[in-house]
Amino acid sequence: MNAWPLLGVAVVVAGFAMRANPVLVVVVAGITSGVAAGMGVGDLLALLGTSFVSNRVLLLFTLMLPVIGLLERHGLRERAQRWIAGFRRLSLARLLVSYLAMRQLLSMFGLYDIAGHAQTVRPLLAPMSEEAAARAAPIDEPTRMRVRALAAATDNVGRFFGEDVFLAFAGVLLIQRFFESQGIHLEPFAISIWALPTAIAAFAIHSLRIAFVQRNLEQTRTGTDRPDAAR
Amino acid sequence: MLHVEAIYWLIGAFLLVVAFMDARSRRWSAAAFWVVIAVPFLFGDAILAAMKDGTRWPAQAVGIGLIALGVLAARGKLRTHEDSREAQAQRRAGAERFGNTLFVPALAIPLVTVALVLSAPYLRWNATPLIDTSQATLISLGIACLVALAIALRVVRAPFSQSLVEGRRLLDALGWAALLPMVLATLGSVFAATGVGDAVAAIVGAVIPADSRLACLVAFALGMVAFTVIMGNAFGAFPVMMAGVGLPLLVLRHHANPAVLGAIGMLTGYCGTLLTPMAANFNIVPAVLLELPDQYGVIRAQWPTALMLLAVNFALMWLLVFR
Repeated sequence: MNAWPLLGVAVVVAGFAMRANPVLVVVVAGITSGVAAGMGVGDLLALLGTSFVSNRVLLLFTLMLPVIGLLERHGLRERAQRWIAGFRRLSLARLLVSYLAMRQLLSMFGLYDIAGHAQTVRPLLAPMSEEAAARAAPIDEPTRMRVRALAAATDNVGRFFGEDVFLAFAGVLLIQRFFESQGIHLEPFAISIWALPTAIAAFAIHSLRIAFVQRNLEQTRTGTDRPDAAR
Repeated sequence: MLHVEAIYWLIGAFLLVVAFMDARSRRWSAAAFWVVIAVPFLFGDAILAAMKDGTRWPAQAVGIGLIALGVLAARGKLRTHEDSREAQAQRRAGAERFGNTLFVPALAIPLVTVALVLSAPYLRWNATPLIDTSQATLISLGIACLVALAIALRVVRAPFSQSLVEGRRLLDALGWAALLPMVLATLGSVFAATGVGDAVAAIVGAVIPADSRLACLVAFALGMVAFTVIMGNAFGAFPVMMAGVGLPLLVLRHHANPAVLGAIGMLTGYCGTLLTPMAANFNIVPAVLLELPDQYGVIRAQWPTALMLLAVNFALMWLLVFR
């Protein structure tokens, strides 16, 4: 066995870790592995070229961009923001769990970029979460920061564990192409459906954790109320 | 019969339009970037067919193009088209005027896709299937995008050219990031062809008992998480772990179901994404945006979810993969 092609893996790891441009890192890693495997220039270029052409399906999502771009120009994101703003009167747990559910569902339908940290978390979800947490009694600064962070975490969980259910998502097609290049034919639909159990588990686990935070908030609240009563 | 090649031509045409618009606004390297990417879409089948017949120069030219793309990506800056007051006002007015109908075209994409995928085997003209059933999902998605575009143009009453302008705005904003999944998949193929997978498999096999399904699955799951944490990207970890452990040990040796292993394996990597500062977009940028005093605040808020979900993913794989 020739272990030298492993240098390609080292290039990927080091390149990503050094925050070099990922496309360049990947190209250099491919060349490194090829050279280390003892390939000639002609063979290596042909391998890179055929591999690139065979994986072109990964850019299929670009066909969605004219539709999404057009809808965004006419207010798709603003509409989504208004929808979230409609959750204003909910308790912290209900607010975040509703957001999580909505984020996961939209991601499953391919709308994973409609919300996000800049679009919805900073302007809407974080302030609304703070407000909901502080509604019954004032919260201290560290708690306020933890509530904000939880809002951002909820957005991440919702996005990550929804998008892979969408059959044209790059992750799904990456899996499909990998197996295709090894002679195993799978339909993207057959792959994305298996992301569903994890999506449900992610919703359950993160919702439970949110409920836990809410309960802690209520307990500290009654904890601060009690000294008043004792006095 | 409709082949997936028709969809590829459509993508190639869109990339050329984007390149043309970039060239017109004198953004030459961006224009060159999209033109090079358009080549595999416009001539893909011809290049692969020529390769099979022993004519290697077209594929080699694409190989050179790929290297050029790496250089262009490293040089180029991400470009965001600036947001004007009028555009903001127009978006707000649109949100008011069109309301939830704005969601209809967007949701039409997945719904039409699934409907077409499910009905593809029955869509026939004189006993010839209308859609190439071996690529049904991809062709259906392409058609669904066109249907959704037609609906969207009706809903917002805009000319077709506006959708191209807006599509270009999004594609330019993505820049090289749009290409990353495709080059990572390419790397997966190159790793497999150059024997990287076999080397990793041999090493893993020397360290763990390769006869044990459980040991192999543990190595795969933890490897996905560890590589994702180091690289900050589950897509980057996937080709490495799949070529090294997933395919040779789990799929070929222990007959794991590739669809389940791929899907849940990728999501196992996502648990690593929740844990790592290397995934700056998701974990560090929001901490800055929200003015948290602790730049690891978001990671602190999500690590328990990540670890519990990792355990669930592992259990799911163990139960479903070897059925």
